[in-house]
Amino acid sequence: MEIVCPAGTPAALRAAVKAGAHTVYCGFNDETNARNFPGLNFDRAEMREGVAFAHGHGAKVLVAINTFPRAGGQSLWHRAIDDAALSGADAVILADPGLLDYAARINPGLRLHLSVQAAAANADIINFYASTFGVKRVVLPRVLSVPEIAAINAETEVETEVFVFGGLCVMAEGRCSLSSYATGLSPNMNGVCSPASHVEYRDDDGALDAKLGGFTIHRVAKDEPAPYPTLCKGCFSAGSQTGHLFEDPVSLNAEQLIPQLRKAGVTALKIEGRQRSKSYVAQVVRNFRASVDALEAGKPLPHGMLARLSEGQAMTTGAYKKTWR
Amino acid sequence: MELTVGPNQFFWPAENWSAFYVALAEAPVDRVVLGELVCSKRLPFYQDRIPEALALLAEAGKEVVLTSLALVTLKRERNLTADLAAMGVTVEINDLTALAHLPKGMGFHVGPLVNVYNEGTLAWLASLGATRVCLPPELPLASVKTLTRASKELGVAIEVWGHGRLPLAISGRCYHARLHKRAKDNCQFACENDPDGLEVRTLEDQPFMAMNGVQTLSHSYACADYQIEALTEAGVSALRLSPQSQGFIRLCQVYRDRLNGTVPTGAIAAELQEASPHTRLSDGFLTGPSGVFWTGAPMSP
Repeated sequence: MEIVCPAGTPAALRAAVKAGAHTVYCGFNDETNARNFPGLNFDRAEMREGVAFAHGHGAKVLVAINTFPRAGGQSLWHRAIDDAALSGADAVILADPGLLDYAARINPGLRLHLSVQAAAANADIINFYASTFGVKRVVLPRVLSVPEIAAINAETEVETEVFVFGGLCVMAEGRCSLSSYATGLSPNMNGVCSPASHVEYRDDDGALDAKLGGFTIHRVAKDEPAPYPTLCKGCFSAGSQTGHLFEDPVSLNAEQLIPQLRKAGVTALKIEGRQRSKSYVAQVVRNFRASVDALEAGKPLPHGMLARLSEGQAMTTGAYKKTWR
Repeated sequence: MELTVGPNQFFWPAENWSAFYVALAEAPVDRVVLGELVCSKRLPFYQDRIPEALALLAEAGKEVVLTSLALVTLKRERNLTADLAAMGVTVEINDLTALAHLPKGMGFHVGPLVNVYNEGTLAWLASLGATRVCLPPELPLASVKTLTRASKELGVAIEVWGHGRLPLAISGRCYHARLHKRAKDNCQFACENDPDGLEVRTLEDQPFMAMNGVQTLSHSYACADYQIEALTEAGVSALRLSPQSQGFIRLCQVYRDRLNGTVPTGAIAAELQEASPHTRLSDGFLTGPSGVFWTGAPMSP
């Protein structure tokens, strides 16, 4: 199976490739991709150099252009597709049907992957994207169980890529506007979710409150670690209950499910985290590469190395296990 | 400008569901979209009542439309989606999966849960047969204007979310079931006691969101009262009103009066606040800076 790693910077790309990534995904430094954070991502020259470096080491580069173009501003996204093709990228990862249509018409030789932001969650729609735009791979949304992924693979020729490590979106990706409701900035339109510009920590008489867009969604004692206030992992009350009503502040770690995912016909394992440091990326990549190599060689999987890298030291296998739902 | 009543997002007892559409037949609206949007497990409870409601509404002169499910994963849900076209009425797609099943050449509508953010996607949908698109509620007024301009050449009517709790997210996980310590597969219909969704509050006890099974909504009710002139000027063809369990027929009338110009700007908000002082309104997705924002008259506490 192919390990697909995040690269937020040229240094992270080189680190991921050296650590054994088969494939790296990255984006341009503007609102055309869903990790539009300051100081992150690639300018045009960096992209060309990054692709050349990866190709020189036998690795592939995928360019994520996976936000939804702004009405009246599509040319920025079209240029990103054209420039990704020019840079020699092995594929672009798109979510917007209008962009898929553009890419298929203008760059028929360019390989198209369907972003998780398209939330294509069944074989019918995946096959529709394949027959309409020639999509070759789909990144599956994090709402499916392993048996459901196997069922999809049994009904489609399109390759499937699934998330195995990092942040966990609990809502169908690309279909969530919680962030723009509270902050005005959203993954679909701006490439950001629960943005740091709208986070505020406040010392409240011995407790530390975390607010997002003015809404208090987390509170810990002053000496406790404070998780980042992501909306769907915030603390709320409903009925007589108070707590993490949507999801706990946990990370996804499906390391132990790799054999099952392989059996389910998954082509590629995706690691989330273009905002992470190059040392983090290298460490995670090394671990997953070792797991996949062990699996291919028929050896037992090494495990447990990733625990200290995850959010709040807590991990979940999310929707892959049906009980999560 | 026309009024479209969107699909009911909530789980109501079948009798209430039927009574709602009987009453709606008398309401001053032009179009009614019905069917199950949120959770396929709810559908068997009222599925056999749909043909009767469709007939009643059509007889009353409304255009009737059937919605597709918003998130299609299971085989059963794929089959339900595939069967929609056979009902003989226009289909509103709320997940692109429906496109895989609609017969080629059959016109269709596009609902607010499909991501139509730009002219390219609008043109692509029009090329497949879309004749009406209700834009995602997240879009600002500037985008609405650009898209209505583009829609004229494409022959597509544009709708905008006019009233009701905003559909903010949908998940594979059922939060209502989780709250009751149940799994989705054994939910025992935890959502049936909350006909307008269950209020979700922040740690400072501020109302914030509403839980509706696998769906998350805004706590506030979007209200386009103050934007009606701008939307009309932009060429928006219809406002969408999202069903709520109380006072909905009256609500349709107030919007109709406002569109007819028989009541002034602010009259809808004023009436809503008077009828229910604790209801929070929002129009920030259209106007900024964030969805929860309200531009209108000062809110009641």
